[in-house]
Amino acid sequence: MIRISQLDLTRDGRRILKGIDAQVPAAGLTAVIGPNGAGKSSLLHCMAGLLPPSAGTITVDGTDIVAARPANRARLIAMLPQGTPVVPRLSVADLVAFGRWPHHRGHPSATDHAIIRESMIAFDLLPLADRRLDSLSGGQRQRAFVAMAHAQSTPWLLLDEPLAALDPKYASDIMRRLHAMSRPGPDARGVVVVLHDLAMAARYADWVVSLKDGRLFASAPRREAMNGASLTALFDTEILVDRLNESDVIMVR
Amino acid sequence: MAERRLIWLALALLLASALYLGWGLRSPYGFILSLRGVKLGALLLVGAAVGASTVVFQTMVGNRLLTPGIVGFDAMFVMIQTLLVLVLGGGGFATLPPLPLFAIEAGCLVVAGMLLFGMVLRLGAEDMTRLVLTGVILGILLRGLTGFIQRILDPSEFAIVQGASFASFGSVDPMQLGVAAAAFLLAMLGCLRLAPLLDVAALGRSYARSLGVNHDGLALAALAIVAALVATSTALAGPVTFLGLLAAGLAAALLPSWRHRITIPAAALLGALILVLGQFLFERLLGLQSTLAVIVEFLGGLVFLFLVLKRRPT
Repeated sequence: MIRISQLDLTRDGRRILKGIDAQVPAAGLTAVIGPNGAGKSSLLHCMAGLLPPSAGTITVDGTDIVAARPANRARLIAMLPQGTPVVPRLSVADLVAFGRWPHHRGHPSATDHAIIRESMIAFDLLPLADRRLDSLSGGQRQRAFVAMAHAQSTPWLLLDEPLAALDPKYASDIMRRLHAMSRPGPDARGVVVVLHDLAMAARYADWVVSLKDGRLFASAPRREAMNGASLTALFDTEILVDRLNESDVIMVR
Repeated sequence: MAERRLIWLALALLLASALYLGWGLRSPYGFILSLRGVKLGALLLVGAAVGASTVVFQTMVGNRLLTPGIVGFDAMFVMIQTLLVLVLGGGGFATLPPLPLFAIEAGCLVVAGMLLFGMVLRLGAEDMTRLVLTGVILGILLRGLTGFIQRILDPSEFAIVQGASFASFGSVDPMQLGVAAAAFLLAMLGCLRLAPLLDVAALGRSYARSLGVNHDGLALAALAIVAALVATSTALAGPVTFLGLLAAGLAAALLPSWRHRITIPAAALLGALILVLGQFLFERLLGLQSTLAVIVEFLGGLVFLFLVLKRRPT
């Protein structure tokens, strides 16, 4: 479980996060939603221990993530920042192999290679293994980066807008795989995703953390946090939620 | 495959060095060989230092257009020398033994370089265009400032600065070469130790940090190594702006790899090879003096333009 208490973040004199108290359950997929500039990305970076908060505490499975050493932190949380950089001449297999770095720090073992292979299989990347990153489509590249984070084999996986600029096919493909990773089981991961696409959040999230103007708006099971009234208040625009074939449909008026 | 090409490169460099030493050798052999040996040593050190420092620097700023030479790292070294002359006076500067002097200059360069480049390049890092522009303008600024300080020196002190900072390959002091070689070897050891970390850092700061790399510490170490290498080459041969770009660009084309264990030695070997071959060509075959720097700068400038123009808009 990730516990956030009294989290405050000030950057360049601006208060970006204001007194946030929230908990993210260890099992399942959590969506972080909210209007642009609400502080979603900053909150995710704080949770990953990559951005030291100005005040407050964050513990991940009982570990104080702010004080954790980088090497230990990277074995507890895998964080995928926004955007997928292109490193010249780097192949998909090389990229996924980077996910094992926190475990071997430059000297991969047979176990590391086995896990790299597993992650490539889990994300259907074996056919692309030798392709260079710059020869892939945006969707394939994003999938390779998610596979890298998967290979990190951490109990927690945090992703900052992994669906940005992806068409529906790739977007739902990635969400399906993330959802599958977060299902209960011996290998279950806690997955936290910053999402702009409310339809994706409604379809796949178990838990929702919503932010507005740097404050916590809701931290609740999805059905509770994503009803028409609360979404309308969150985004300051009229949003309807309806049921269609057992799933929620979001309509922006 | 890349490892084998590295060996070929090393052999080519060996051959070029032998050619340079042995071509048209006449009596007195010992004397000429020792003269040529010192000069060859300087060429090798400068080329290798510039090549290696460029690769490390480019990875840390995440940009293949910028080199320590272009952002004015070497101009900064000359500025530090000039300031030392200004503070200590010409006599004080000239009487300092080479080892402490080099240590002081390199130390100043590490600190000043980390302050200036660490800050400025970090600020512009999100925007590629801004980063390149900032880097290029910074280089011009540092060169201009150095020129200004040299202008207000008195003429005899200026002569000392010139002697110290624009030692051409012809007038290298063997003692100085020894100090530079030691600094170079230390820096290269550091490079190879950092190589796996640099591989991760090439993904960018946020990815490197999320993979558990202490990126700020790495940037500090890398800048210190770059500073030591720049100090080595500038102390020996004065500023060379575009050689690094040429060496790193050629290394990327001839030995395509993302592993710094490959790219750093490759750029170092190519930097040295360009200088030794070029000097051999101009000095021995064409009988020309001191045109090598001009040609290297010309070719490097062309590579720079090529890299700028071929860059796809993203």
